Amino acid sequence: MDAFKSIINSLSEPQIMFSFLVLVFFFIFPPSDKLYRIHKKLRLDLLWTNVGGVFIFTGLFVFFGLGVTDENFRLIVTKPDNVPIVGLLFLTIFFLWLSMKQGRDNDIRLAEGQKPNEYHDPEDKVLVWPDLVYIELIAIVLCSILLMVWSIYLKAPLEGPANLADSPNPSKAPWYFLGLQEMLVYFDPWLAGVVLPSFIVLGLMAIPYIDSNRKGQGYYTFNERKTEISLFLFGWLLLWVFLIFVGTFLRGPNWNFFGPFEEWSLSKVVPLTNINLSELVYVRWLKTGLPDNIFLREFFGISFVVGYYLILPPLLARTILKKFYSKMGIFAFSMFVILLLTSVTLPIKMYLRWTLNLKYIVAIPEFFFNI
Amino acid sequence: MADPKKKTMFQKIAESQFLKSIFRTGIPHTRRQRMMAVLNNVFLHLHPVRLPKHAVKVKYTWCMGGLSFFVFLVLTVTGILLMFYYRPTVEYAYGDIIDLAEQVPLGIMREIHRWGAHLMIITVWLHMFRVFMTGSYKPPREFNWVIGVLLLVLTMLLSFTGYLLPWDQLAIWAITVGSNMARATPFLGHEGPGAALLAIGDINLVHAASDVRFALLGGRFVGEATLLRFYVLHCIGFPFIIMIFMVVHFWRIRKDGGISGPT
Repeated sequence: MDAFKSIINSLSEPQIMFSFLVLVFFFIFPPSDKLYRIHKKLRLDLLWTNVGGVFIFTGLFVFFGLGVTDENFRLIVTKPDNVPIVGLLFLTIFFLWLSMKQGRDNDIRLAEGQKPNEYHDPEDKVLVWPDLVYIELIAIVLCSILLMVWSIYLKAPLEGPANLADSPNPSKAPWYFLGLQEMLVYFDPWLAGVVLPSFIVLGLMAIPYIDSNRKGQGYYTFNERKTEISLFLFGWLLLWVFLIFVGTFLRGPNWNFFGPFEEWSLSKVVPLTNINLSELVYVRWLKTGLPDNIFLREFFGISFVVGYYLILPPLLARTILKKFYSKMGIFAFSMFVILLLTSVTLPIKMYLRWTLNLKYIVAIPEFFFNI
Repeated sequence: MADPKKKTMFQKIAESQFLKSIFRTGIPHTRRQRMMAVLNNVFLHLHPVRLPKHAVKVKYTWCMGGLSFFVFLVLTVTGILLMFYYRPTVEYAYGDIIDLAEQVPLGIMREIHRWGAHLMIITVWLHMFRVFMTGSYKPPREFNWVIGVLLLVLTMLLSFTGYLLPWDQLAIWAITVGSNMARATPFLGHEGPGAALLAIGDINLVHAASDVRFALLGGRFVGEATLLRFYVLHCIGFPFIIMIFMVVHFWRIRKDGGISGPT
């Protein structure tokens, strides 16, 4: 059992788990026709059947059931403010399964030339009283019972009185912002806390104006909207929900990584060996020492960033995203590419950190301008 | 079988002058009465009278939008009750929270409020997820999706401002960590890129006592002024704004053609 636990601990290192999830993700939620055929060939769509659902949830329950026998695991999972996140995990996976299952069912029907399951004769309507109001009543009653039972059995957390002189270690933001706090590992606060969240909000708002696919409205489907669904789920599941899990469950004192079965020890030491791109280029590769001129020093980093945002989009428009460009037009396409590239900066920065120990691509601490 | 002309007690009460003055349609038996029951009720009138069949299926809607609204109402009611006992000052706040659990009869209002806040974030997220997966944001419903994103942001801001009010270690440090990022806002935060450019001669316009974090906290660190600010925003400011957007959101559902569905 201990060996098993330590395997899980090391597998849940962000490097390994994130790489694994990214790899698997595009086969489970294929964004292109080519990957979709592989997805079908591997029979991965069977996840979205009743058998697949039983399989997923048995796995989850077994993991949590065995997990809570471990003291460290129980300690994090049952912390009152963490309980909703455990709930979120189960709910997210359940509703993911539910929507994908209905999508799969509809895809099969659509391929046979039938209408989706949601379709009914437009003349054949039901009355809101009683057909909807009683469902609403049941939903309200169940929701109230849930809230009351939850409130009776789980006390709201209350720690010692506020004291700015005594900072807990780790200090964590409320759980729904822990994705942002986790981004602080890879980005400076002006990006992780201000610019990227603004991009998330603006990007979400922009979805209907970017998405030019008119198919798949008003029913669940995957095949008709694979690119949209794949990209949205990538952002939502991997760059948002996953980071919240890491930030909540796997980050302990000093924001160090701890496996789910590992004790949050204050004495865990992680060497800080991160270096900037300028140091990497001038000191390690060219062996000359950093130049005094800021722009000369950061030349490589700045060219990298400028190239990323100015040269890459037209290049993408002519190559792999050609179809999108011709379909969307220049304005929507620019918006789409900028959002896409910006969201990909996070994985890029993660991998640069994990492979080259890179801290900043552009480091101008003189003006608080670090990327 | 009892005499059909003989009225039961229940029917007599339902048809009394008093109840008829409130619910004009009486017990809805006929199709017409059922339609009038929705039309004549200001709250039920949020709904259309008739719906396509898929729209009442839990499998399709997951009830998440409606539940978000319901949990919001629960939070409003419990929040009002909590306001009777809670004083947003550094001296009293923490003690009032302890009293809420120990002195107030049926003291689970704070629990319902706190877990309800978490629940609302989850239901709003899942509602967004459902709307995305059914492609319901597509024309003509684009703008309502935008409003929805704003409502999501406001929900998190409501929860965030409420997080400080218990004035315990958890609260003050979560808000400290959360608001520390504001000082790095480009141009507006004193540790943000570009802030140094906003200067007249060698006088900085953006410094620790004039930047956006200072405006948020009412000071250079989380203190008395922050508590009051967050209290006002949490109880009045954000609820006021979110209600306006909710009204628009609900109204637009109807105006944009009702619930989405296949054609």
